[in-house]
Amino acid sequence: MSRYWVQRLGFALLGLAALAVVAPILVVIGIIVVEGMGAVSWEFITAMPFDGMKQGGIFPALVGTLVLTLGTALVAIPIGVGGTIYLAEYARDTWVTRCIRLAIVNLAGIPSIVYGLFGLGMFVLFLRMGTSILAGALTLAIMTLPVIISTAEEALRAVPTEFRTVSASLGGTRWQGIRYIILPQALPGIITGVILGLLRAAGETAPILFTVAAFFLPRLPQSPFDQTMALPYHLYVISTQVPGMPLRIQHGTALVLLALVLSMNLMATIIRSYFRRRRQW
Amino acid sequence: MVDPKIHIDKVSYAYGKNWVLRNVMLDIAANSVTVFFGPAGGGKTSLLRLINRLNDLTEGTQMTGRILLDGQDIYSSDTHVAKLRRRVGMVFALPLPLPGTVRENVLYGPKLAGIGDRPRLSEILERSLTQAALWEEVKDRLDHPATALSGGQQQRLCIARSLALEPDVLLLDEPTSGLDPISTRKVEDSLFELKQQYTIIIVPHSIQQAARIADQAAFFLMGDLVEYAPGTELFTRPRDKRTEDYVTGRFG
Amino acid sequence: MFARQQAAAAHANWGEFVIEAFIRVLGFSTIGFVLLIFLFLLREGVPIFYKVPPSNLFGIHWYPIFDLFGTLPLLLGSVFVTVTAILIALPLGVATAVFVREVAPNWAREVLKPMIEVLAGIPSVVLGFFGMHVVAPLIRETLGAPTGLTVFTGGLLLAYMALPTIISVAEDALDAVPKSFRDAGLAMGATQWQTIWRVVVPAARSGITTAVMLGMGRAIGETMAVMMVTGNAARMPLSLDALFKPARTMTATIAAEMGEVAQGSAHYHALFGIGIILFILTLLINLVAVSTIFKKQRRGGLR
Repeated sequence: MSRYWVQRLGFALLGLAALAVVAPILVVIGIIVVEGMGAVSWEFITAMPFDGMKQGGIFPALVGTLVLTLGTALVAIPIGVGGTIYLAEYARDTWVTRCIRLAIVNLAGIPSIVYGLFGLGMFVLFLRMGTSILAGALTLAIMTLPVIISTAEEALRAVPTEFRTVSASLGGTRWQGIRYIILPQALPGIITGVILGLLRAAGETAPILFTVAAFFLPRLPQSPFDQTMALPYHLYVISTQVPGMPLRIQHGTALVLLALVLSMNLMATIIRSYFRRRRQW
Repeated sequence: MVDPKIHIDKVSYAYGKNWVLRNVMLDIAANSVTVFFGPAGGGKTSLLRLINRLNDLTEGTQMTGRILLDGQDIYSSDTHVAKLRRRVGMVFALPLPLPGTVRENVLYGPKLAGIGDRPRLSEILERSLTQAALWEEVKDRLDHPATALSGGQQQRLCIARSLALEPDVLLLDEPTSGLDPISTRKVEDSLFELKQQYTIIIVPHSIQQAARIADQAAFFLMGDLVEYAPGTELFTRPRDKRTEDYVTGRFG
Repeated sequence: MFARQQAAAAHANWGEFVIEAFIRVLGFSTIGFVLLIFLFLLREGVPIFYKVPPSNLFGIHWYPIFDLFGTLPLLLGSVFVTVTAILIALPLGVATAVFVREVAPNWAREVLKPMIEVLAGIPSVVLGFFGMHVVAPLIRETLGAPTGLTVFTGGLLLAYMALPTIISVAEDALDAVPKSFRDAGLAMGATQWQTIWRVVVPAARSGITTAVMLGMGRAIGETMAVMMVTGNAARMPLSLDALFKPARTMTATIAAEMGEVAQGSAHYHALFGIGIILFILTLLINLVAVSTIFKKQRRGGLR
């Protein structure tokens, strides 16, 4: 067979592989949308559930997920961005810095269930927070740190070094340069990374299993020490542990969770491409 | 020289083990244009960056000797580096506008220094742009992005930016290397005006440019200061053979 | 853009110092967190060694009700599912990475990359849900497995969860191969296809290995999706046909059983013990994965 036929065949196979990767994504989303559309309505999203979750809405689970995500953001963003600024702008190449980087790689690789165990051991039990929004959010926040740090660092390093030099030559201290030039320029990239990290936190079940999640709560959480329902956990329970749960509602819940996560994904993508076009360097 | 503005006292400087400056002794007079010239690798840019302590940003270097500005050692521990850099401004070889408008670029330094009142800032804006021979061209475009200006205009903007801080000394590192002849001419002309108010040290990008503008000229070769004399003498009757060879084009 | 610079200038010196110190603390916090996590795992997991002889823990029976905490079936379950996943994800992932980076026309790239990012964002529980309701019945029908909840099902789902990691790291590795390599290959008369497989991919070999290892780490650590589709039978998967039988991974065990244990009981400590195994395992995999990058950098190789 001539070399060019080999090439054409080869390229076709590669394309097929790519298709095999991408097509199922569309199938998954498609099926959940089609099966779940029927259940999702304004009432579904805003009403409380009743009759053992088999009727009514998923409002508390949705609120719980939003609250947990917010809590995660409040903790993970300052620590994550601050830590990144240190790494990208202040840290020298010493063994300590290498340890920090190693720590970040470790954190990124720790299984989500192990984070759940940690949250249980440290926040729920040792610090006596009990299963609470506080414990859950803190656990999720530490889990989200490595994602935020790695995207934020990329964003900071992408800003041309020349700006730092110019700022210094005009009498700017290191922090002034960071605060008035580097950080604002890196902000879109950082925000994109934060959103991607948060959407992962919103969809995670394992870390909240033992730290905050409850299947049924009669009312919405009132304080950070309350438990809460959450969409991923809710989906897990209704699809595996409630006999007689209408399939439609299961799909509807999955659809709401998927929609939440995908819309955050879309937001991140839009922010990223919008600011890439407007960049002045 | 009576009370030099800058006194460079036996300065040697190395990147790692590589000594790029060896025992340089030099006095710079106030309100003059001093030229550091010579072939690449001579240490000219390094010396420039030592004078405003921009070399602090680079790791793995060592320096011996002292540099005195108005009699004060700029490397002493009670020197406030940011304040020093406001007194010793620098313009780089490539135009490097900061992201933002023309106005924001020029006023970046003064605002960092704490100047807040608007009339004063407007006055600084106009004065610096005028001194950089740019005011007429941008006065209607002050709030446009700096990147919309041409290369030559951007470089003059960078000069205006440094001038906004009213430094004592202005360091220019091949400021016209990226510019067309007309822009180059405009920049050189403004230097003639500026030296009445400022002390200027410039690394020219050609010998011809050096000869055109220098009051004092210093020839650097491989880290050594070979010869230092008034421009009128050094280019026409150089005393050292190496200077002569370089100036007449036998090498470099 | 520079609204409050003047106020800042007044406090330049000591203010700067405070800020820098604060940022430094935040930077070091990551080390703190890793240590904390390990510490708490140890705190709650080590007691199992006081309550139960080590031989128990290396046993082949995980029946907590009978005080049997043999971790081997769980370990093997995780390994088996992960290996299956990698066998599926490696060729698919590398092929896709090569396609996206070397072959695909621009419009295809603009579609593929966001889609892969979407895949990365799909929550584990949603994929598990899909696996339960769609994939498992499919496998049951086509392959005759009794419930469709098998190692293979789990491996298939895990493969897709690991793919985004594998693809993006492999892509970076291919990106790092200098253009001159490709040009040289083509200049010698090779077709693009030959250049890719004889020049570019071998040059990106270590980066691709890293990609696969990171994917493996991701797969071993997955919880919800596997839990929902591998059937949760803590058996020893010892023969090849165990591929189509149910099994239990370490992660699923913790997730499924922790809710029902009494705090302080042997079972409770055993579950934390499994957590320690997972922590160390993923630590090792990720360290190996990352160290190949570090080694390359020191040699001044391709990256």
